[in-house]
Amino acid sequence: MRDVSIIGIGQTRVGEHWDTSLRHLALEAIKAAAIEADVERVDGLFVGNMLAGELSGQGNLGALIADFVGLRGVEAVTVEAASASGAAAVRQAYLAVAGGLMDFALVAGVEKLSDVVGSPAITAQATATDSDYEAAHGVTPLAIAAMMMRRYMHEYDASLADFAAFSVNAHLNASTNPYAMFHNKLSVQSFVKAPMVADPINLFDAAAPADGAAAVILARSDWARGRGNGAARVRIAASAAATDALAIADRRDPLWLAAAEASANRAYQQAGVAARDIQFAELHDAATVLAALSLEACGFAGRGGGVNFAKGGGIARDGQTPTSTLGGLKGRGDPGGATGVYQIVEAVQQLRGQAGPNQIAGARLGLAQSLGANGATAITHILVRDE
Amino acid sequence: MDVPRHWRLKTQRYGLIGEECPDCQHKIFPPRDVCPECGSPAHAPYVFSGRGEVFSFSHVYQAPASHEEQAPYTVAMIRLEEGPLVTAQLTDVNRDDVRIGMPVEMVTRALQSNGERGMIVYGYKFRPLTKAVA
Repeated sequence: MRDVSIIGIGQTRVGEHWDTSLRHLALEAIKAAAIEADVERVDGLFVGNMLAGELSGQGNLGALIADFVGLRGVEAVTVEAASASGAAAVRQAYLAVAGGLMDFALVAGVEKLSDVVGSPAITAQATATDSDYEAAHGVTPLAIAAMMMRRYMHEYDASLADFAAFSVNAHLNASTNPYAMFHNKLSVQSFVKAPMVADPINLFDAAAPADGAAAVILARSDWARGRGNGAARVRIAASAAATDALAIADRRDPLWLAAAEASANRAYQQAGVAARDIQFAELHDAATVLAALSLEACGFAGRGGGVNFAKGGGIARDGQTPTSTLGGLKGRGDPGGATGVYQIVEAVQQLRGQAGPNQIAGARLGLAQSLGANGATAITHILVRDE
Repeated sequence: MDVPRHWRLKTQRYGLIGEECPDCQHKIFPPRDVCPECGSPAHAPYVFSGRGEVFSFSHVYQAPASHEEQAPYTVAMIRLEEGPLVTAQLTDVNRDDVRIGMPVEMVTRALQSNGERGMIVYGYKFRPLTKAVA
């Protein structure tokens, strides 16, 4: 196993890009990453995407994007793991470089969710659920998160307003991220009054589906170190993935993200660190309850303590474990299969000291965790800044 | 049309028939042929009573195309009295009356319609328990 570093990052603004296609979004992010990395070749392209087949009628993004960005001929493939697709693509690239089969691997997470709206868009999103035992009954991914949230409220005696802390923090951090979809701050009062989407999940609780692309270029760390380039100092200290039952009813405990716990614990072990060493965490806040359960699964809060941890300021920029430091899914926007790559890009920004007003002082060790299908897949990366 | 995909599920959809593990007697729904508790092969059919209680629920306002005509509707996780959780719609109930812990029973209803010429898919839903358990 070789050490792997991140030598280039790129991202587009997240939002509704009516005038930009999938391939152009990918190009913009890849170009930015390639300029930073300044390498003569890449050995493979891993595309993270969730719904291009459903929403854009486009498959085989590997070949399409490789050709479009000027890499015709390169090995290229799409990696799909629902909303964790981007993180899964990062992990596949990591495996290739760490395993010695590639020296330079390009990852592009790209998603275009705004072209299709209304019930066809919901139909596409529901492909991330168990088709026979959830989607066939009209159950959507958001309805599953909503059932988790209601049960959480029931078991831990939490109110709707208690969950506001996650969205308020996400919007505050997004307000100073130029790449974020939302730049408006959110109050607890407007959170509790927002219209319901899947009761008890309201409009300000769930992340907004959006368009966007993010890219990273991985290289073996000995090459990156030899280069002496400050931008290449971020290393992937751990990469771990785990799964749980796809259907929520099949999980041993619907209020425990077993895959998130397993992948986080494996990642801590690989990196030789503990949860308390992590200085910031980019978690999968597609809904506030998922953020709460992720805090618990990663060991940042005790079981049933995720909501109170956030409410007490634990996730704020100056808190014990700052989360969604550049807005998270809620504030930056949620471009499906690109989301997991955005998390990595944002963690790199923090570790390089390039997070602007969002900078976590002295950030040296950060965690990014992406969930597919409300925790059926969980992929955790720990990034470290080498001195 | 995806007729075979629904036809294959007729046993569990119409009869709430799952499986029982021959080794640890764990009751399994939906059927998966391997016991999720002990890993033993489990092929023996088991007919669930259809009674249980609401474990959690949500009201869906943004529905997929297959369920748009029904929206808004209530989906729930039901804890069957034999143990497993099952996800399904609630029916014959005012949505403001739904509570965690509410006793329910299985009924067979149209799960989805797919346009005027499309197939109507039937299967289980749950409604408030109508009579005392014998």
